[in-house]
Amino acid sequence: MKPAPFAYVRPAAVADAVAELADGHGKVLAGGQSLVPVLAMRLGRPATLVDITAIEELQQLRRTGDRLRVGAAVRQRGVERAADAAAVPLLGMALPFVGHRELRSRGTVCGSLAHADPAAELPAVACCLGARIELAGPAGRRTVDARGFFVGAMTTAVGAEDVVTAVEFPVAAPGDGFGFGEIARRHGDFALAGVAAAVTVREGAVDAARLAGFGISDRPVFRDVTALMTAVGDDPDALRGATADLARELVDTGGDGHGSTGYRRRLFAVLTARELGAALARARSSEVSR
Amino acid sequence: MSDVRAARWTPSRVEDAALLTGHGGFLDDLDPLPGTLVAAVVRSTVAHGRLRSVDLTRARAHPGVAAVIGPDDVRAAVRPFPLSTATPMPYHPTAVDRVRFVGEPIAVVVATDRYTAEDAAELVDVEYEPLEAVVSPRRALEPDAPRLHEDADGNVATDRTFSFGAVDEAFAAAATVVEADYDFPRYSSVPMECYSVIAHWQDTDAGPAVEAWANFHGPFTMVPVMAGALGVPTSQVRLHVPADIGGSFGIKAGIYPYVVLMALASKHAGRPVRWTEDRLEHLLASSTGADRAMHCAAAVDADGRVTALKVDLVDNVGAYLRPPEPSTLYRCFGNVTGPYRIGAVEIRARAVVTNTMPTGLNRGFGGQQLYFGLERLMDAVAAATGTDAFEVRRRNLVDAFPHETPSGGVYDSGDYRAALALAEKNAELDELRARQAAARADGAYYGIGVGLVVDPSGTNIGYVGLATPAEQRKPGRDKSGSTEHVRISVDLQGRVTVLLGSVPQGQGHATVARSVAARRLGLPEEQVRAVVDMDTATTPWTVTSGSYSSRFAPLVTSAVVQAADRIAETVRAAGSVLLDAAPEELELVDGTVRHRDDHARAVQFRHAAGLVHWDPGALPDGVSARLYEEAAFTPREIRAATQDDRINSSLCYGFVAEIVAVRIDPDTLEIDIDRVSSVHDAGTVLNQQLLDGQVHGALTHGLGGAMYEQFTYADSGQPTAGTFLDYLCPTSAEAGFDLRADHVVSPSPLTPLGAKGCGEGSSMSFPVAFANAVADALAPAGVSIRSLPLHGEVLHQLLDADQQKGTD
Repeated sequence: MKPAPFAYVRPAAVADAVAELADGHGKVLAGGQSLVPVLAMRLGRPATLVDITAIEELQQLRRTGDRLRVGAAVRQRGVERAADAAAVPLLGMALPFVGHRELRSRGTVCGSLAHADPAAELPAVACCLGARIELAGPAGRRTVDARGFFVGAMTTAVGAEDVVTAVEFPVAAPGDGFGFGEIARRHGDFALAGVAAAVTVREGAVDAARLAGFGISDRPVFRDVTALMTAVGDDPDALRGATADLARELVDTGGDGHGSTGYRRRLFAVLTARELGAALARARSSEVSR
Repeated sequence: MSDVRAARWTPSRVEDAALLTGHGGFLDDLDPLPGTLVAAVVRSTVAHGRLRSVDLTRARAHPGVAAVIGPDDVRAAVRPFPLSTATPMPYHPTAVDRVRFVGEPIAVVVATDRYTAEDAAELVDVEYEPLEAVVSPRRALEPDAPRLHEDADGNVATDRTFSFGAVDEAFAAAATVVEADYDFPRYSSVPMECYSVIAHWQDTDAGPAVEAWANFHGPFTMVPVMAGALGVPTSQVRLHVPADIGGSFGIKAGIYPYVVLMALASKHAGRPVRWTEDRLEHLLASSTGADRAMHCAAAVDADGRVTALKVDLVDNVGAYLRPPEPSTLYRCFGNVTGPYRIGAVEIRARAVVTNTMPTGLNRGFGGQQLYFGLERLMDAVAAATGTDAFEVRRRNLVDAFPHETPSGGVYDSGDYRAALALAEKNAELDELRARQAAARADGAYYGIGVGLVVDPSGTNIGYVGLATPAEQRKPGRDKSGSTEHVRISVDLQGRVTVLLGSVPQGQGHATVARSVAARRLGLPEEQVRAVVDMDTATTPWTVTSGSYSSRFAPLVTSAVVQAADRIAETVRAAGSVLLDAAPEELELVDGTVRHRDDHARAVQFRHAAGLVHWDPGALPDGVSARLYEEAAFTPREIRAATQDDRINSSLCYGFVAEIVAVRIDPDTLEIDIDRVSSVHDAGTVLNQQLLDGQVHGALTHGLGGAMYEQFTYADSGQPTAGTFLDYLCPTSAEAGFDLRADHVVSPSPLTPLGAKGCGEGSSMSFPVAFANAVADALAPAGVSIRSLPLHGEVLHQLLDADQQKGTD
């Protein structure tokens, strides 16, 4: 488990990082929690590792207006502990499920998005909330909506010459409520199935409801479920029935020995009903306490 | 100051301070031969295939490479390892004609460093002619199954049937016959430290010699096996074992082929060679417990008593019958009837080869497999006779000791009823049953399971002989043995050193040996040190030496007692000179030698010991100035197998009563362990904290096999749990359930301290107690449990097969 030979650079500016990636044979190193094992197993052989953790601009974590901006060098644990991050409650709900604390102390939020494991938590959070992911490339900077960012298993809109520079999450408003749940073989493992849910109420009634499932397909699966939530009202049995239908529609992973397609459907249906219900209740209480 | 002192940490084991401050001496920390080169192993990527060609040319030309050896070099220089049976399934340290499992070594690259070695390893070109693979033991038995070894009749490496007592008569007369198939899964121990070897080939005046370092822990029967493969006398193989080994639980017994392989690599490189196994190699190709397919049957009389037992055991030993296999079949031979008074037993014991990793020792060795069948069967007996699962067991428990089993075991001591009663009390069984009733009323699943196991310790390696039919066993070449050696010496200042060749892997042998010797010699513990050092050239050892099958507490400590008592005799003789008293009137207490009846007549232990060193001429006639003593504890209850194939397969037999309660989420089917009550009888408790640690560790190991860990293979033979992404070990997050561990004490009459082994018990009992609990939980759903592991996906398949069809 020793990597094949590679060059290592640690630029101080985004433009320099982009320049290092220009030949298409480089790979960005941030927290390294997924990349380093891949290198050690020689499953990946980049010619150059471009370590972006020394770039000051990428270390920023700050709230600006109705957005929380997380730079590409910000560790997951840093977000978990930051006061500003409380403005995005779904992040706080999801982060404890990401690996273990030791992994989160190294792993970055943007790295998880760029790695795009289909069973990872943070890509689903980004899709559920409609986060915006910022990229820098040879043609300059651009922003991609999270819902269009993930294009397949471990595949995203990030090109071989691009660096993810930041992600911006919308902060919660009164009347917003969230739910997050996943089932894994052990705590910290990639989910067999999971869901991030966001519900907005106006005068107690559902105004908008959205979810993103993970572990169920080749990428996080976003779905606007406003109509579903309006239709089921406050009937838990109707909600269970609706999420079972939804699971049949959305869960299309082939499954494995830890969880077959059928079991993942069962889990996704149960979790979605639980978390949509919980999100609705939280949305109502956040509206009342406004 | 007093606050600071109160906060100061006192290590509870003499081993702890060095380990916790990074001062342990593991093999990878040691560099005994500066200039040692580093090896990487090229491994098979296919499960079964003929080796068409192995081209080493490009690898040999890579800069920094000192030597590359492949199948031709191995075939030319290394004999097949001596096997436990005459089966024609030759086993070499690399593939020589065919590869038979993914991960099987093919070539070794020796270079200046591991990076270079791995770079060059990629340049070894292997061409395979793929063959069909077989991975399941049941499939491997079929006549048309792919055959792994051309010279063998099939895939069955050994097949013996034993019958003791009136089995057929009991089944004919039975009121009820209960029988079922059970499958036990394949899992390992995944020690934190993987295999590590340094080997140095030398040409000496006495011929070729190999000096090696390895984190090997016995059985030292493997030393002659290594020498046999290398074609040198055992005396030409010198093996050092580092004082610190980072866990094994049996798995590192499988390192010896690599010692031979690295010795050959060293011969070619002309320099010592080091190889450190990485985790990928470990999970593909080190060693694992055997999976077992079995059929079990019980003859039950009208009173619910089991009168006879039949077990048909098929162990999947992987691609080769690697010694000490097929021992998984035989380790529990004497206790095959478990804790029950079953007077007749028939055993069919088969091992089959498949295209999977070879198997070997794994904590519980044979016990978890056997008891999974036996204790699931007892639940089936309970169900078939309409009796409570606890009651049916109580009716059949052995309750007089010593108890001789039909297969030759002699249970030395115990109080099984008391242990079970304590387990029930600690479990608060009534409360658990109330929880179960409440859960069932809510449509939820809640189950209570029990597992009772006899916990053998101090293996009699003579059981390996049973794999060979009695008429083929050579007269005068019988095998038996449970011997362990210890050397104790006393220096000029009266400080005592206990030399242990017990090759521990973290168990705390030094802590216990020091304490036993100190107590025996009436000394403060600070005056005694225990040194762990195994060097086959200087440390006393024999073929049975090693740290396996819970040998330390019953055997090594017994040798400590014997050696310490001889030292005490000499010190008393010296004291008798100083005190002008008869030696037999003297006792060793509080660091002194004193008169039994007049405590004021006393001298310091160190002064008496000093006399032996400085003034031996003053010693009484017939007393030699001997302050080093070696003891080889040699229990006479350990004999070779009889002509009718009975054997007392262990010296001591402890007991575990374990009760597990589980709650299963009816929606997600997640299994939550609600409570575990575990009562152990390991005889005299030598160190409560270490015993508790063994119980917790063995139980968590059993939890791994019960719920998480499994080496799985695709039908093609490709491993599907080759990394920690899929091979899931329980962590602290999974082991935080309500555990109530307790003990009863039935001292062994066969060991001087009354201690029995305690390192394995719950690894044998937990898997089946857990399975029984899940089976009890799901009984209302009409689901039967015949295999492990059990987790949500498995339960989904069992419960929801119909919905599966509709949705997939």
